[in-house]
Amino acid sequence: MKALGIILAGGNSNRMRELTTRRAIAAMPIGGSFRCIDFALSNMANSHIQTVAVLTQYNARSLHEHLNSSKWWNFGRKQGGLYTFTPTVTPDNSWWYQGTADAMYQNIEFLRRCHEPYVIIASGDCVYKLDYNKVLDYHIEKKADITVVCKDMPAEADVSRFGVVKMNEDSRIIEFEEKPMFSRSNTISTGIYILRRRQLIEMLERCHEEGRSDFVNDILIRYKNMKQIYGYKIDTYWSNIASVQSYYDTNMAFLRPEVRKYFREDPKICSKIDDLPPAKYNVGSDVKNSLVASGCIINSKVENSILFKKVFVGKNCVIKNSIILNDVYIGDNTHIENCIVESRGTLKANTYYSGDDGIRVVLEHNERYAI
Amino acid sequence: MIKKEMIAMLLAGGQGSRLGVLTSGVAKPAVAFGGKYRIIDFPLSNCINSGIDTVGVLTQYQPLRLNKHIGIGMPWDLDKNNGGVTVLPPYERSDNSEWYSGTANAIYQNMRFMESYNPEYVLILSGDHIYKMDYEVMLDFHKANHADVTIAAMPVPMEEASRFGIVITDENKRIQEFEEKPEHPRSNLASMGIYIFSWKALKEALVAMKDQSNCDFGKHIIPYCHEKGERLFAYEYNSYWKDVGTLGSYWEANMELIDLIPEFNLYEEYWKIYTKSDSIEPQYLSAESVVEKSIIGDGSEIYGEVHSSVIGAGVTIGKGTVVRNSIIMQDCEIGDNCVIDKSIIAEKCIVGSGTQLGVGEEAPSKLSEKIYAFGLATVGEDSKIPANVRIGKNTAISGITEPADYPNGELKSGEYIIKAGDSE
Repeated sequence: MKALGIILAGGNSNRMRELTTRRAIAAMPIGGSFRCIDFALSNMANSHIQTVAVLTQYNARSLHEHLNSSKWWNFGRKQGGLYTFTPTVTPDNSWWYQGTADAMYQNIEFLRRCHEPYVIIASGDCVYKLDYNKVLDYHIEKKADITVVCKDMPAEADVSRFGVVKMNEDSRIIEFEEKPMFSRSNTISTGIYILRRRQLIEMLERCHEEGRSDFVNDILIRYKNMKQIYGYKIDTYWSNIASVQSYYDTNMAFLRPEVRKYFREDPKICSKIDDLPPAKYNVGSDVKNSLVASGCIINSKVENSILFKKVFVGKNCVIKNSIILNDVYIGDNTHIENCIVESRGTLKANTYYSGDDGIRVVLEHNERYAI
Repeated sequence: MIKKEMIAMLLAGGQGSRLGVLTSGVAKPAVAFGGKYRIIDFPLSNCINSGIDTVGVLTQYQPLRLNKHIGIGMPWDLDKNNGGVTVLPPYERSDNSEWYSGTANAIYQNMRFMESYNPEYVLILSGDHIYKMDYEVMLDFHKANHADVTIAAMPVPMEEASRFGIVITDENKRIQEFEEKPEHPRSNLASMGIYIFSWKALKEALVAMKDQSNCDFGKHIIPYCHEKGERLFAYEYNSYWKDVGTLGSYWEANMELIDLIPEFNLYEEYWKIYTKSDSIEPQYLSAESVVEKSIIGDGSEIYGEVHSSVIGAGVTIGKGTVVRNSIIMQDCEIGDNCVIDKSIIAEKCIVGSGTQLGVGEEAPSKLSEKIYAFGLATVGEDSKIPANVRIGKNTAISGITEPADYPNGELKSGEYIIKAGDSE
């Protein structure tokens, strides 16, 4: 294979509110049975990339648990493999990763020792499908120094939490602004980059010497007039989940048949196997327009909602427009509307939860009585 | 090679002919069960949960699905450097080559496999029962009694005892007599087809009986050991155990899973059942769907009504369709406005819109009264049923069927259409 993969999965965002008190964004459950990082990892595997490094830092316990074996994504071969790099103390460095470029710089030995000529950098907090080989072919054809995968957002979309680019007619990026307050372009960077491994090593070393640490601000934006940075536009489904609203919307998108079909088709998205029994619907269950993952037991009404794995719904409940994460126990006569219920929660019987004007994140840690 | 205390030999080569068209293309242990599993998952999961990490799976009849399912044993954590799962088909030898002609003959032919692990005990299992059992407890029992052979046995109703191999024991559970399907049973302890042998005793018996034609454990090896005066014990087992050998018992065992608290509970935390699953996506229930008292597998899309049924993974059930008391296995596509009642539809079948299955008065099967009874309509895998036909009870369908196969758009109760496979 011509490229190795790096997945940046160490970040945090205060837009995720209470949701990231539990785990890194890349470990957020998606679409009923996936974790966010599964998409980047599966794309790498499906693009026949053999060596993938995942850089973790913030609240990585859950993410590391998910990555407990590389076999779920078909890595773990004699050639290549899946590596997880968390900051470590070394004789000459005891700092956390100071930014995306610094995270890669701290693992520069790994980059030096690889033999693949190209590097694909992706972030772990996006939901999409992409054959990176197509981007690589484009990168080679354009003789680009760096290729950035871009997407046109709808005109009304708020792009202020993304990197916004402007390309010329040859698709070279001529303007690049990180998280602008106001922007005249609605083309955003998806955080997927391709460049030569040696080029990356050089840039990271230079960046480090100058005391800089961010890949976007200190490499892409600073080099954009000097290096040939090209944009590769995708028009397929792509979503970044790094805010509560977009996390909610991304999950709810799976209720649309075309989105489900798109992600179900080959090449498939892989995830860790949980060995749960199939979902069970008892008398009283009344499920409409909802996704239900394995291991669920349902005894009442569920509407326009997503139930992740191993959710128990008691009798006479009403669950509407909500996302119930993994392993939640919901007692009888509970009403849940416009909520995201955090995983492993236990909701007492006869309770009421509603996100009246927005989305309420429910964190409940009651004692769980035996089912 | 590290010595293994106990290895398991899992007999998975049988056809299971009483499952009719369900096993025309697959061995019985590979038949789907419970919306997600295959029958062999139960003994395999029991093995790994009991700490047995070396399993030989003996295959013979239609092994493709089974081989694919087992693979290198990853779903059961049996992908091991030392031990793990090994698929053992019959093989050719320089002097003579033969198929597995009986359960014990199959084991005998794999003597070298067992010898390579030099075990102290060998567990003999069959791949066609639904149960959860800790074989380690049975081994402790075997050791405590200094037994040569331990047979797992369970009490059955006295009136049914004549269908089983019956063991008669003394107060210490030592087996006094062994009767195969006795007319007048003197005990109700039925052999479950699960044996632990001390390796020496097994080897000795297999070699002594090697020229016995169709050498079988129940018929030959156990009586041989008994006559020789070896210590045979019955390990009494009192939890759920189901032989899913007939369409009726297969259907019943699936239906028992949908009870509110099923006797055989798949939802317990400990003693998980593992399987290889092709799809992991959640299932979708549309705004018009009605699902009650059912189990549904991953990735299915339900647009119609499902009552008291077991639906496998990746199944689509169209709008206006009503499914009741049925088993629909993975990757089936059921059209719109169908009625499916008390039917078993095997994997990857396509049922056209407006078709009705399992309707009308009951009539005895013209294909085999013994197999196609219980009022079930049974459809073999990869079958296709056209739109707007009516199919009665005790029917069997296998293969791609056309509207012309249904005179007046009907397949009367008791009739059958077999178009493919080497069924019955």
